[in-house]
Amino acid sequence: MYINAEGLEFRAINEAIRASGGDITLAGCSGQRFICAGMSDVCVTIKGVPGNALGAYLNGAEITVDGNAQDAVGDTMNGGSIIVRGNIGDAAGYAMRGGCIFVKGDAGYRAGIHMKAYKEKVPVMVIGGAAGSFLGEYQAGGLIMVLGLGIGGKRVVGDFPCTGMHGGKMILRSDCRDIRFPGQVTVRPASAEDMQEIKKYVAEYCRLFGADEKQVMDSPFTIVTPDSSNPYKRLYAAN
Amino acid sequence: MVKEGKVRIPSGCAIAAVISKEGERMTGEKIMNAMKPMHDRSNGLGGGFAAYGIYPEYKDLYAFHMFFDSRDTRKKCEAFLKERFEVVKGELIPTRKIPEITDEPIIWRYFVTPLKSVLADLQLDEKEFVARTVMKINTETEGAYVFSSGKNMGTFKAVGFPEDVGRFYRLDEYEGYGWTAHGRYPTNTPGWWGGAHPFTLLDYSVVHNGEISSYDANRRFIEMFGYKCTLQTDTEVITYILDYLVRRQGLTLEEAADVIAAPFWSSIDSKTDEYEKQKLTYLRTVFPSLLVTGPFSVVLGFDGGLMALNDRLKLRSMVVGEKGDRVFIASEEAAIRVMEPDAENVYAPAGGEPVIVKVKEGRY
Repeated sequence: MYINAEGLEFRAINEAIRASGGDITLAGCSGQRFICAGMSDVCVTIKGVPGNALGAYLNGAEITVDGNAQDAVGDTMNGGSIIVRGNIGDAAGYAMRGGCIFVKGDAGYRAGIHMKAYKEKVPVMVIGGAAGSFLGEYQAGGLIMVLGLGIGGKRVVGDFPCTGMHGGKMILRSDCRDIRFPGQVTVRPASAEDMQEIKKYVAEYCRLFGADEKQVMDSPFTIVTPDSSNPYKRLYAAN
Repeated sequence: MVKEGKVRIPSGCAIAAVISKEGERMTGEKIMNAMKPMHDRSNGLGGGFAAYGIYPEYKDLYAFHMFFDSRDTRKKCEAFLKERFEVVKGELIPTRKIPEITDEPIIWRYFVTPLKSVLADLQLDEKEFVARTVMKINTETEGAYVFSSGKNMGTFKAVGFPEDVGRFYRLDEYEGYGWTAHGRYPTNTPGWWGGAHPFTLLDYSVVHNGEISSYDANRRFIEMFGYKCTLQTDTEVITYILDYLVRRQGLTLEEAADVIAAPFWSSIDSKTDEYEKQKLTYLRTVFPSLLVTGPFSVVLGFDGGLMALNDRLKLRSMVVGEKGDRVFIASEEAAIRVMEPDAENVYAPAGGEPVIVKVKEGRY
């Protein structure tokens, strides 16, 4: 099914997607927000620039963006997948609690802010390029992985990563010597066991975007986790 | 209506800009269209544009764009202007009647040059004299408001959605080398014609998306230097801060950006370049009251260029792209793609990282 988004506002687009169902190509997007919000069982390929909060509350649908996406991709998504063949804006995966986001290029500020996990719900975000500052701010669960591919001399992540992190895991493809982490996280090189997990996601990234798996794996990886399950226990009151 | 100070209204905003580094003039059509995909960022309570290079035939004269509430106010104001300026031309700003824009004030423009005798008498340089006159009219003349006062540039603003405001002012009929635009979603103050963006002083214009939390600290400091913040809006204070730092203190734009979006002390401490470290420490120490905190993304327009800047935490979005000699800036990439579908090097500058674009010398 082909839907031309030109001149349509977001409500009309989402209604057309729901009415059609199945495999959809949505062309001519120009900043319409909330595309596919809350949807479960469609598979949508987007051309043009989708607006903010793409796939918010996504509940199992599959979205592929052929270029860049704007802010708050996958805001509070619960399940499904969002694949972006370009860069994404700020606050991607905001409070995400399930499903996965794969980005070929860079992410803006605050990717994975307040990601969380519960039982079998473990969200995953893989960023192929570099991530901006405040990566994984207040991260409470799930996995954030940044590969730093094609970023030249730039750092794999900007300033203040993991600020307020108290759950989940972050994996950075770098020795991270040039990155400052806050006091309440543990930063260590990846173990053999970690590498097995990393390989799984790198393989998926390479399958989606066509990078060379061997080359991507041939690099130091750093694992960041919070020091304890409740590092802020005594921050405000000695209870 | 209830004006600022009497009512608080909750928030968004959209900004966009385009400039030709070769000084090639473009009509306002592109920038008007750029605001369309960002329609939902505004709520119809304010839209506006700043255009640079639009009055080449009067390029040595200050172009005052003014709102009046009545013919009497206009007459009174004209008499006041004539005491201080040679008024070369005064005329209604042409508008197009459209149903989306209503309740317009009387909108005029004047091309003026300060009287030499008055300048000599007051021992003021020309720009300072013009700035003081604008402040005087805006604070002392009830019902009159100067909303643009630069040379070879002009702002156009109203209550309405930006794309409608552009049509109302017939911006498709103007040609400029640089344009900025704003769609307003007022946060703390009511939407009225004077309160729309851009805010300007001389050739500086500011469009702003955000809500700064340092407003009162900034205002208290800047008002010591003769600026009058009449509108209780953060954008106005940002305009005056930039005028103060760049025109009056002689800072470069980069230095001004390091004052208003100063890096954290921890970031300054970790700098390895000793000169850079000392410079940043100096600027933060000398101008602590001009640090602007809270979310903002702004575009400053000036004679021959523009500067885009995010707050240091980057709490608002801003994207930059380019194609040939054109540079595009907007709150959303979709707006850039409307202006130039094949824009290249599209990226989001880091918080506190100024993007400064200048037109080639001699081309504007």
